[in-house]
Amino acid sequence: MPEQFLWTIEVFLNGLMAGVLYALVALGFVLIYKASGIFNFAQGVMALFAAMTLYGIMNGQVPFAHLINAVFGTEVHYFGWNLPAILSIVLTMVVMILLAWLVQRYIFRYLVGQEPIILFMATIGLAYFLEGVGDLMWGSDIKTLDVGLPQGINLWIDETTFNAFGYGFFIDNLDIVASIVAALLVAGLVIFAQYTKQGRAMRAVADDHQAALSVGVSLNFIWILVWSLAGFVALVAGIMWGAKSGVQFSLSLIALKALPVLMLGGFTSIPGAIVGGLIIGVGEKLFEFLIGAPYLGGATENWFAYMLALLFLVFRPQGLFGEKIIERV
Amino acid sequence: MLDQSEGYTTADGRRIGGVVMEMRNITLRFGGVEAIKDISFDIREGEIRAIIGPNGAGKSSMLNVISGFYVPQEGEVWYKGAPRPPMKPFQVARQGIARTFQNIALFEGMSVLDNVMTGRLTKMKTGLWRQALWKGAAESEETANREVAEKIIDFLEIQAIRKTPVSRLPYGLKKRVELARALAAEPSLLLLDEPMAGMNVEEKEDMSRFILDVNDEFGTTIALIEHDMGVVMDLSDRVVVMDYGKKIGDGSPDEVRNNQAVIDAYLGVSHD
Repeated sequence: MPEQFLWTIEVFLNGLMAGVLYALVALGFVLIYKASGIFNFAQGVMALFAAMTLYGIMNGQVPFAHLINAVFGTEVHYFGWNLPAILSIVLTMVVMILLAWLVQRYIFRYLVGQEPIILFMATIGLAYFLEGVGDLMWGSDIKTLDVGLPQGINLWIDETTFNAFGYGFFIDNLDIVASIVAALLVAGLVIFAQYTKQGRAMRAVADDHQAALSVGVSLNFIWILVWSLAGFVALVAGIMWGAKSGVQFSLSLIALKALPVLMLGGFTSIPGAIVGGLIIGVGEKLFEFLIGAPYLGGATENWFAYMLALLFLVFRPQGLFGEKIIERV
Repeated sequence: MLDQSEGYTTADGRRIGGVVMEMRNITLRFGGVEAIKDISFDIREGEIRAIIGPNGAGKSSMLNVISGFYVPQEGEVWYKGAPRPPMKPFQVARQGIARTFQNIALFEGMSVLDNVMTGRLTKMKTGLWRQALWKGAAESEETANREVAEKIIDFLEIQAIRKTPVSRLPYGLKKRVELARALAAEPSLLLLDEPMAGMNVEEKEDMSRFILDVNDEFGTTIALIEHDMGVVMDLSDRVVVMDYGKKIGDGSPDEVRNNQAVIDAYLGVSHD
């Protein structure tokens, strides 16, 4: 088999894996947008914050250590313990639920019924605030998050493909784990939304606020619930990205990559976020490999997703799976 | 005819019980506009109670006060013998007061069955974690709720469309689905906001029949708003008449029909 073809397949597979991570971030956006019409610009920062908190809890960092030391002249930095990953993840989730409650209680409760642009502005504010708080709590240094996920080349795939085609594919174990986790997460969310009381209430709120109230659904509770779910999705995304490229500020910028994903998938569709993420992931890797690197001088991954989103905006503004935009006259 | 404490018996022999809901001197203002001025009336167990009046009389506002969407500035709402503190609409719903809306508020993206099932939300007890883990309790509860939903779907003769997305249904059927969803909560008080608005004669007859059947079969207490005078008179046991936010009449359909103030305000003063 020609080498070029095999390389293309390898790039395609790696694109799929990268796409899974985009999809994870996009999923967080969709959850909140569907239930409350809020486009949560802070989703990426939430992933960063979750990863920082997880790292801090795992390594026994004292939160606000710099602040405490500056004010009281002390020198505390670590509690001196290392918690197991699972326990730390659970504790981080508690923090994310608390964050969801705070966001609802102190920001969006006062903005019910406001224009979408005002809600959006509030989330921009939230993004900067959370970023600052995150740095203050856990320090702004780059951290290596290691929750024990397998990393490095998957030897089995390497050997099998080498024996079959004479060329071993390079697939990262972490990417495989991320894909499996993402699949489980999506399946879990779908089951939750379809078959549980709270899931049904969540869908009701997403569909019609007034009607949801009339069947006894507390909007406030559901909004805290979706922010918590989005926090959970952010935590998972944070773990995966953190393991891949370290916990650092640029993590919050992956939120920007989720934008083209959402334009493809539609803002209101969970399957759309997944498929959109995969298309962007595969598209940008393949484009770079086949056209970008040989003919355009490379680095097309930085803008390919946005170009694709632009094309979608022109020809299919509701995205692949979004609800059709019908202007009734 | 009315005995304040004991209830009464209707012309067709139905026994009406004690007071379920009582409005005491309700006044509702929007800025300087008084939508409801010092209105009192009660709703008794098992009866069909109508609130009628010309456009802008404050009927819908009154229904919104009962269902918690508006909080009156003055007056008290008594429910099941006790004054009700100011509440959010979802809390009112959880107390067993279900409603429909004049402009239909259904979950357009869901099927008819799913819509009716949301009406069961207040009846679902199993907590988040047990549900999330999908244990036996949640499963048998789901089955029981499903049975109630199916029974109501049968009752309102919408079996044929139970899997159809609501957004595809014609107006008249949507109204019926909304009634089904409200009924699914097995409410102790059912509020219907203009159940026959925008319907043709045939649909109105169907809806009237369903309202009577619901009241008869389930013994549901119903309060409805309507401005189609003829329909109301045939349906209801007692009628409150509102005009410009004030109560101008209250009594049996016959009493109301012969009330001069009502005739003047609602039907217009005759000029012969």
